[in-house]
Amino acid sequence: MHKWEYVIRRLAMAVVVLASVSIITFVIARIIPSDPAAAWVGSHPTQEQIAKARQQLGLDRPLYEQYLRYMRSLLRGDLGTSVRSHQPVATDLKTFLPATMELVLAGMVMAIVIGIPLGVLSGARKGGPLDHVTRLFSIAGVSMPTFWLGLLLQLLFFKRLGLLPLGSRVSTEIALYHPVTRITGFYLVDTAVTGNWVAFKDALNHIILPAFTLGTYAIGLTIRMTRSTMIEVLNEKYILAARVSGLPERTVLFVLALKNAIIPTITVLGLSFVYSLTGALLVEVIFSWPGLGTYVTNAVLSIDFPVIVSVTLVVAVFYVFINLFLDLVQAMIDPRVTLQ
Amino acid sequence: MATTPNVERAGLQTEHRTARFREYHLMLQAFRRDILAVLSLVVIVLFVLGAILAPLLTPYAGQGRGDPNILEKFRPPSSAHPLGTDYLGRDVWARILFGGRSSLSIGFLVVTVASVIGIPLGATAGYYGGWIDNLIMRITDMFLAFPPLLLAIAIAAALGPSFINAMIAIAFTWWPWYARLVRAQTLSLREQYFVEAARSIGVSDVTIIVRHILPNVLAPVLVQATMDIGSAILTGAAISFVGLGVRPPTPDWGEMISTGRIYFIERPWFAGSAGAAIFLVTLAFNLLGDAMRDVADPRTRRAVA
Repeated sequence: MHKWEYVIRRLAMAVVVLASVSIITFVIARIIPSDPAAAWVGSHPTQEQIAKARQQLGLDRPLYEQYLRYMRSLLRGDLGTSVRSHQPVATDLKTFLPATMELVLAGMVMAIVIGIPLGVLSGARKGGPLDHVTRLFSIAGVSMPTFWLGLLLQLLFFKRLGLLPLGSRVSTEIALYHPVTRITGFYLVDTAVTGNWVAFKDALNHIILPAFTLGTYAIGLTIRMTRSTMIEVLNEKYILAARVSGLPERTVLFVLALKNAIIPTITVLGLSFVYSLTGALLVEVIFSWPGLGTYVTNAVLSIDFPVIVSVTLVVAVFYVFINLFLDLVQAMIDPRVTLQ
Repeated sequence: MATTPNVERAGLQTEHRTARFREYHLMLQAFRRDILAVLSLVVIVLFVLGAILAPLLTPYAGQGRGDPNILEKFRPPSSAHPLGTDYLGRDVWARILFGGRSSLSIGFLVVTVASVIGIPLGATAGYYGGWIDNLIMRITDMFLAFPPLLLAIAIAAALGPSFINAMIAIAFTWWPWYARLVRAQTLSLREQYFVEAARSIGVSDVTIIVRHILPNVLAPVLVQATMDIGSAILTGAAISFVGLGVRPPTPDWGEMISTGRIYFIERPWFAGSAGAAIFLVTLAFNLLGDAMRDVADPRTRRAVA
């Protein structure tokens, strides 16, 4: 009963937040620029072009009417037209969004696979050598400019060791001889589904460096969070009981203790997923990854305003939904959660 | 009547001051024992001095400010150019020193502007509660619904690329955190006896907020601000990196990585040095903030000391 009330109120809150997100993007798009019509037309416009754009955009109408028009087109899924590509932004997003999502998800997989075990072991031997190493790694991971880390990894793994490719999603030869059939836009999924294993291996090679670069922050955070909750849980009596009854240490740590230590880690993973969405923008530029980041940076360079604002809006909407999802999941797992 | 009220008050104030002094002394002691924190402070001071005294620390001040020197481009590190030269032949050490001016000041400015907006709003919301609180908190929610970096990029793009605009854009995405922090602190302080006492003898709301609440809020804000300077420098670098912050030829660490990126694999020294500078400063601020948090909290401080 209470749970459903919580879910409904939380959903209502999300709607309010979404509405305010649209207000802010509206302000950024239409009010902050001294002349939005000029920004819309692009650099070096003529007077007539500006006048025409002003009419097209409805900038001669009162502000609330402009906002309503803006909302109506948003709800129809119309995000405007890119000044540079003259394509609807929504169409462009369909190609770029999956690339970013694949990268972000790969980073999260790394956070889970690397971060959780290291966190468990650091917590189990608090103050030991591994604990010191992971502490250093976590602090460095938070302070490292992602774009710089990406460059350093390229230098090491591409130039010095020659192990991994420099950038992009697949190599040119693969794109020519073993083209990826586009189904989901996630190359690893698409190649696996179509049994294109040559391309799968290539795509996997290409995603390792950018995903690790992006995941560093999440890995560091996951280690710290898992470690601190493990330390707490390991002090519980049931752990002592398990140890006394002679269960192997591996079972005690990774089954009994981790099961109770995992909830805060899930929250942190969700938060870093959201964080990675924007981190991906910078990582993509370094690794020539054709996703939202590359799209936005090119838009910045050519003052392609509709694209910048639309990407901001879309990512913010994602942000709101992920936060909503996290809160709901937590409400399902943790009976103590109530809405404040 | 042994003492006049005034003398009594003076005595109380001295006692109050000695208590506070003792507290500071304890903090300082705990701080000095944390080697990493002291080291971080040294690194920060060195970088700040380097930026201020830049013209005295390099013979290539002109290049540091942006003058090209085409004849000597792409020189690897040598005794004449300890960090080499960049794609326009400018001495990288000079660029790092001068670049610190914009990169470091963006960190300090963002945190200052964000606190100036966030602290009064947070204190007002927390102290008065009710509809004022609701209004201010819903506005912070609006801003917190965005990923900060992306919102800053969008605002900076709308304002046009420049140092000041980048700073404004970042500060705009940052103040809600301070408003939240101060509000939460104020909420609990508001219920404390010393505030109730002040209110009961008719001290005005503004005076209570300024004299009694803000001084007690300052410690957590200071800790947060120290850690945030690092993130603000990172964000500033990211904004310059996508081409929206400081414009060339003005030196900036983010801009140096952005322009040096395409040469990096063959000539890593100039983008590499800028990245190292950002990393070191951010790391130092994070470690310092971390230590300050432990020191400012009496419980963890005694555990440290």
